[in-house]
Amino acid sequence: MDRAVSRLAPHPRPSWHRLAELSIRALAFSSIAAVILIFVFIAKEAWPLLASDAIQREVTLAKMWFAQQWPGYDAVEHVWQPVSEIPKYAVWPLLVGTLKVTLVAMLVAVPLGVGAALFVSQYAGPRLREIVKPTVELLAGIPSVVLGFFALMVMATFLQDWLGLDSRLNALVAGVALSFAIIPVVFTVSEEAFGAVPPSYVEASTALGAARWQTILRVLVPAAGPGVAAGIALGLGRAVGETMIVLMASGNAAIISASPGDSVRTISATIAAELAEVVFGGAHYTVLFFLGVLLFAITFATNLLGDYAVTRMKRRLGVAA
Amino acid sequence: MRAGRRRIGDAALALGTGLCALLVLAILAVILGDVAIHGTPHLTLGFLTQAPRDGMTAGGIFPAIFGTVALVVLMSLAVLPAGVATAIYLSEYANPSGRLTRLVRVAVNNLAGVPSIVFGLFGLGFFVQFVGVGIDKVLYGGDRVYGQPALVWAALTMAVLTLPVVIVATEEALAAVPREHRLASAALGATRFETVLRVVLPQAMPGILTGTILAISRGAGEVAPILFVGAAYFLPKLPTSPHDQFMHLGYHVYVLSTQSPDVDATRPILYATVLVLLMLTFALNFTAVLVRSRMRRRHAGVAA
Repeated sequence: MDRAVSRLAPHPRPSWHRLAELSIRALAFSSIAAVILIFVFIAKEAWPLLASDAIQREVTLAKMWFAQQWPGYDAVEHVWQPVSEIPKYAVWPLLVGTLKVTLVAMLVAVPLGVGAALFVSQYAGPRLREIVKPTVELLAGIPSVVLGFFALMVMATFLQDWLGLDSRLNALVAGVALSFAIIPVVFTVSEEAFGAVPPSYVEASTALGAARWQTILRVLVPAAGPGVAAGIALGLGRAVGETMIVLMASGNAAIISASPGDSVRTISATIAAELAEVVFGGAHYTVLFFLGVLLFAITFATNLLGDYAVTRMKRRLGVAA
Repeated sequence: MRAGRRRIGDAALALGTGLCALLVLAILAVILGDVAIHGTPHLTLGFLTQAPRDGMTAGGIFPAIFGTVALVVLMSLAVLPAGVATAIYLSEYANPSGRLTRLVRVAVNNLAGVPSIVFGLFGLGFFVQFVGVGIDKVLYGGDRVYGQPALVWAALTMAVLTLPVVIVATEEALAAVPREHRLASAALGATRFETVLRVVLPQAMPGILTGTILAISRGAGEVAPILFVGAAYFLPKLPTSPHDQFMHLGYHVYVLSTQSPDVDATRPILYATVLVLLMLTFALNFTAVLVRSRMRRRHAGVAA
């Protein structure tokens, strides 16, 4: 008490208070600095691709994006073959691989995540909710390397035997394992969105004589739509960027094909698998950093999309943004 | 007729969504069950305290546990001040609708969305190649000491990755401190900083703890960011300095599952390692959830 009273008197504050306040203000910029530094330093390592003559003799943006006539090939083709006598750096096989795995993951994760969220918010009693929600949190807490391990050691053989696939590791195995990492994202954001719909919407629909399922599908889901979309966008960003699962379970063959049963190589897995063995500052190194810029840009765009969807939903539901 | 349709529609929707929830539970159960069944028999005290032997086909995982702990300790030292300071700034100092505040929030959101492998590229390009090589030039006359993958660079890379986790958790905790407490403190003549230090922060401690634990759990499990900045396949001795390389539980799982010369011989070790990693992350996450729910209940009690 005495100390508290003496504090009341206008006495000089310790000088370290001022210093601490300044540090708080300075450290508050650490996340802005981090985002800028990440972009600058990855772009810096990719820059020689556009500016260095030595690098451009081996690879150019045009050679990466357009099919090339390589010696020993019958027609123009997109080939990713960075370690060979004539290194080939076509981006499309990696992009198609990423899209295939992401598509499989989203096709599994979106129905399961949204469905489970709908169940928890509309049908589950408090006790069931107390089981499902922590379970999803546990699933979210599994490190991706463990999901990759599980896909590689258990799921791959099971799916191959069951579906009779040619290759053990493929886009399907990687995509399904990847969906385990995406489900919690879609679930959490969707559940929150369903919970944010004002009760008056549901009450009005019920008062007009709509059945429970009609109210849910025609009133609740459309009202929460942008929120669910935000969850899907966030999940999409995670799926495109996730590395360890696809590195371990996709087979890592840079093939362009439509079949989910074929091995694929994604952008993230390519960086992870190849960067450790390249010459610093060489063409291959530069191209891998360029892939990093590409990945950064894609996830940046999906995140912006998600943010936009959330803002729109809040405005539409009249919640202060 | 109409009543019948209503009931069928309701039953179908409840069943369909319930099935989704059940499947999610089943996925977790199958993964945990598989790891527990195959991992437990090999999980002995010797496994936790010995180094790997015979090309990873025998021995334990002590160096990987040691390296993981060293990594998350260094990471916490870096991420805590930055994360807590950002949260304090956002919640106590900044003008909530100011342009700067919005910019910081956008940055935090974006940082949370950057793919983990991109952090790995960043760690190599910035910490190892720029900061590390720079230190070597100035202090070591160009000798390679810090300009190579090392524990300290992995910890700093992981700190940047977990920064949003700490910021978001701390901010939530600060927001839960009642406004009246700040006003009362100010009315007693305390400066803003004194209020933060003696009134707000003590109450927000559980939230900061939650954020730190969640960050540590992320740091222990993420592998992609440290692939190129310091994690090693096998080291004959434990890291003793920040510029040493280190072994890591998650990286160990990756290496054992993909680069083992003898899959059948490593399988029991691999499963036991996964079990240890899972138990570690679950224990951390569980503690975080416990601390958070206790905090929320306490604040709910205050409000009531």
